[in-house]
Amino acid sequence: MQPEQHEIELIVNGTSYRRAVEGRLLLSDFLRHDLLLAGTHVGCEHGVCGACTVLLDGAPVRSCLMLAVQANGHELATVEGLAANDELHPIQKAMHQHHGLQCGYCTPGILMTMTAFLGENPEPSEDGVREALSGNLCRCTGYQNIVDAMLDAAKAMKTAAP
Amino acid sequence: MTTRFFGAPVKRNEDRKLLTGQALFIDDVELPGMLHAAFLRSQVAHARIKRIDVSRARAVAGVVAVYTADDFGAYWHPGPLLVMPPPIAGIVFNARTQVPLARDKVRHVGEPLAIVIAESRYIAEDALDDILVDLEELPAAVDLEAALQEDAATVHDDLGSNVASHVRQTKGGDYRGAAARAALVLKRRFRYEHGISSPIETRGVVAQWNARGGQMTIWDTTQAPVFIRNGLAAMLGLGERQVRVIAPFVGGGFGPKIMMFYPEEVTLPWISMRLNRPIKWIEDRLEHFFATTHERGQIHDAEIALDGNGRILGIKDVFLHDTGAYNPYGLTVPINSQCTLLGPYVVPAYDSTFTSVFTNLPIVTPYRGAGRQHGVFVIERLLDLAARELKIDPAEIRRRNLIPPDAFPYEQEIIYQDFHPLSYDSGNYEPVLDKALAAIGYKEFLAHEQPKLRAEGRCVGIGMACYVEGTGIGPYEGAKVQVQANGKVSVVTGIGTQGQGHFTSFAQIVADQLGVDVTDVDIVTGDTDQFYWGAGTFASRGAVVAGNAISAAAQAVRQKALKLAADSFECAEEDLVVADGKVSITGIPEKFIRLGELAQRANPMRGAVKPGTEPGLESTQYFGPPSSSTANGVHAAIVEVDPETFDLKILKYVVVHDCGTVINPMILEGQIHGGVAQGIGNAFYEKLAFDDQGQLLNASLADYLLPTALEVPRMVLDHTVTPSPLNPLGIKGAGEAGAIPVGPVIAQAIENSLELNGKTIELLEIPLSPSRLFELTRDGGA
Repeated sequence: MQPEQHEIELIVNGTSYRRAVEGRLLLSDFLRHDLLLAGTHVGCEHGVCGACTVLLDGAPVRSCLMLAVQANGHELATVEGLAANDELHPIQKAMHQHHGLQCGYCTPGILMTMTAFLGENPEPSEDGVREALSGNLCRCTGYQNIVDAMLDAAKAMKTAAP
Repeated sequence: MTTRFFGAPVKRNEDRKLLTGQALFIDDVELPGMLHAAFLRSQVAHARIKRIDVSRARAVAGVVAVYTADDFGAYWHPGPLLVMPPPIAGIVFNARTQVPLARDKVRHVGEPLAIVIAESRYIAEDALDDILVDLEELPAAVDLEAALQEDAATVHDDLGSNVASHVRQTKGGDYRGAAARAALVLKRRFRYEHGISSPIETRGVVAQWNARGGQMTIWDTTQAPVFIRNGLAAMLGLGERQVRVIAPFVGGGFGPKIMMFYPEEVTLPWISMRLNRPIKWIEDRLEHFFATTHERGQIHDAEIALDGNGRILGIKDVFLHDTGAYNPYGLTVPINSQCTLLGPYVVPAYDSTFTSVFTNLPIVTPYRGAGRQHGVFVIERLLDLAARELKIDPAEIRRRNLIPPDAFPYEQEIIYQDFHPLSYDSGNYEPVLDKALAAIGYKEFLAHEQPKLRAEGRCVGIGMACYVEGTGIGPYEGAKVQVQANGKVSVVTGIGTQGQGHFTSFAQIVADQLGVDVTDVDIVTGDTDQFYWGAGTFASRGAVVAGNAISAAAQAVRQKALKLAADSFECAEEDLVVADGKVSITGIPEKFIRLGELAQRANPMRGAVKPGTEPGLESTQYFGPPSSSTANGVHAAIVEVDPETFDLKILKYVVVHDCGTVINPMILEGQIHGGVAQGIGNAFYEKLAFDDQGQLLNASLADYLLPTALEVPRMVLDHTVTPSPLNPLGIKGAGEAGAIPVGPVIAQAIENSLELNGKTIELLEIPLSPSRLFELTRDGGA
């Protein structure tokens, strides 16, 4: 018996995709293995580590806790869309400047979580950054350099904003 | 040679790929016709296998094959013993290594019983439910002491007991004599549980057999690709040249990813040859809790003898070590505990005996620190208790016992994990202690801040601990440095990389030698077709061992470039400068040849060359240190404990360390930060909770608590530099240093914070937690 396929249509990083998927296909697997946008990483598949975080209509979601069919008609943003052409996003630049990544596996989820956070909180406190970051696990960095990167990125984004 | 890059906080070359989602991790490998594997794992810790029926699973649409142990025929074989026991007199060592799939018996929860290969991961995992397994459950050996009782269940029936090994090592004079002379003898029982490394990327394997080419390619999240290649070639009946192992970007390792010949590594290539299709397996997080190795616990009955001034006269320690169901990694972890317990102190008499115990729990192999934590916890806690007893300040009792700077190399006599008698190559410990005490504000805190805070009813305390770490062990690493025609420099080395910044620190070593920019040096690690030989990334050795090999190769290339240019300019080599990607004549910058041009000339198409000429502007060099180099450090913390909830807040954390010459202080600080974060997790949050039948009760990241940005404090770091005499660059390893002494620091600080109204408690175990602190303060003297 072939599992039933569902037509879905969605926008990822500004590009429209139309695909037929199984109802049970996770959004994380759809992005990674169907659309080959493998920058979104999967760390725990139970919604704790935050590595798979993407933006759904601008809000961070765990793509391992969503089905691809639930994203039908929505607009997604993943790490692949952060840099504009060759120019890194201020958050990416700040992570590089502050050594905010080591193995880099959790990094895409952190970038997406913090993009949304800094968008809504242009002048965050360190405690605010730590709170926002606490849903993303990193096993390499001890977080300090990520926190510093985010505080710095907030300033850069504010300066860049019109 | 000018040093522009070596020692500078150069930003990382590898960041851009990782920040833009373009780095290749194992699960990003997509191959045409790829199949997916799922493993059926035992849900019980100890059982006889009566029957496994896979017929229903084989019939599931989309399932290509299902295998049990019997299907592997002669290929089924226990894995190799990775680390032989060191040459220690009177040693008992019973090797029992893991098997590809359980046959006859399962020995821990998660041990694989069968493999399903299917067109998708979803189908493969579904079909696991269609396998019928008939197990006769047996009592499990879980508790270390109970496992040694006569009536205990035996993990390996043929052994007749659960003794995996028994080792006694002694140093100096006899302990009993020391104890008889002592002003104070203290004896305590300590329990130290280390947890799981839990990298955010789990393990994975992709195997692709190319029947036409007779080539096997394996992508593997391993820390040791060369050994995987050699081992699998032998197992599969192939030549080493027919097997290519690629460790791509690996999402954190911390030790367990070097455990070799995990069942998935052994079975997937064999199946790929049978099915002639590529196969992928990606561990899920639940599997990771059982299928990837742990470190776990030891129980120490330790005794210290001191004179009235707090000087150590001797230490006696008898401990049990949990090795899990198998012991493929030999004695590395308990030997590290045994050796590292000696710390930076003069210990005139040491008598240490351990018994390593088989249990029906997942396998124990090194995880960042690799047993050093356990030893450091014991000695540091003993000193704290002695200090309290003798009314000496905890920092002062340590100072009185430090090995003096003129005593190096300092011989510890007992055998270390690298099979050499433990010897500290160099060190200067007191300045490290002074810096740490100054940075934490030790005197000021005790004299002024703490009394003030206590008066406000706040439970705030201070803790500090010293440690040494034997790093950068052999055998060797190698590297090939090659100038390419475009002027860029290629460096290939055999070790794997899991976030240590090798793409940058190695480039820094080369950039200075060859006068090029760091960004013009391209590093390839972990691909056996790119570099053939090597051991791997473990024991804080990458920078020490591979770093020195790379340095030697870069120097040789520099000499070649100078010689070629000198011939061309008809001048002496001493008259040349290597800078900005070219070789020029000193004082005449317009007279130059680009390195790329020299590389082209070094490979002539026609004509004759001089005898002995080697083509190419390249060199391959190897480096093996004579023995390990000893790094050291001091951590200190001020913590606050909520007296009602026992929640912990770390108010200040200081690390001062000495790892010899530093290649990149930014990367080094990152390593320390991450190590401390793991140490904090180990000290207070992470506990593997098993029941008495060997079931892990908290096998999810919602229940096994990795520290988040809210638990890990801002850290203050500083360092001193005592170069190692054992390698030309003077480097000592630093990968594990951050993680090692956190347990005793936190324990001492919590004790100190709860010393209200003269009440004292003794914290003799790790991990602690709010609930455990509640129990201990209720039961104990507080």
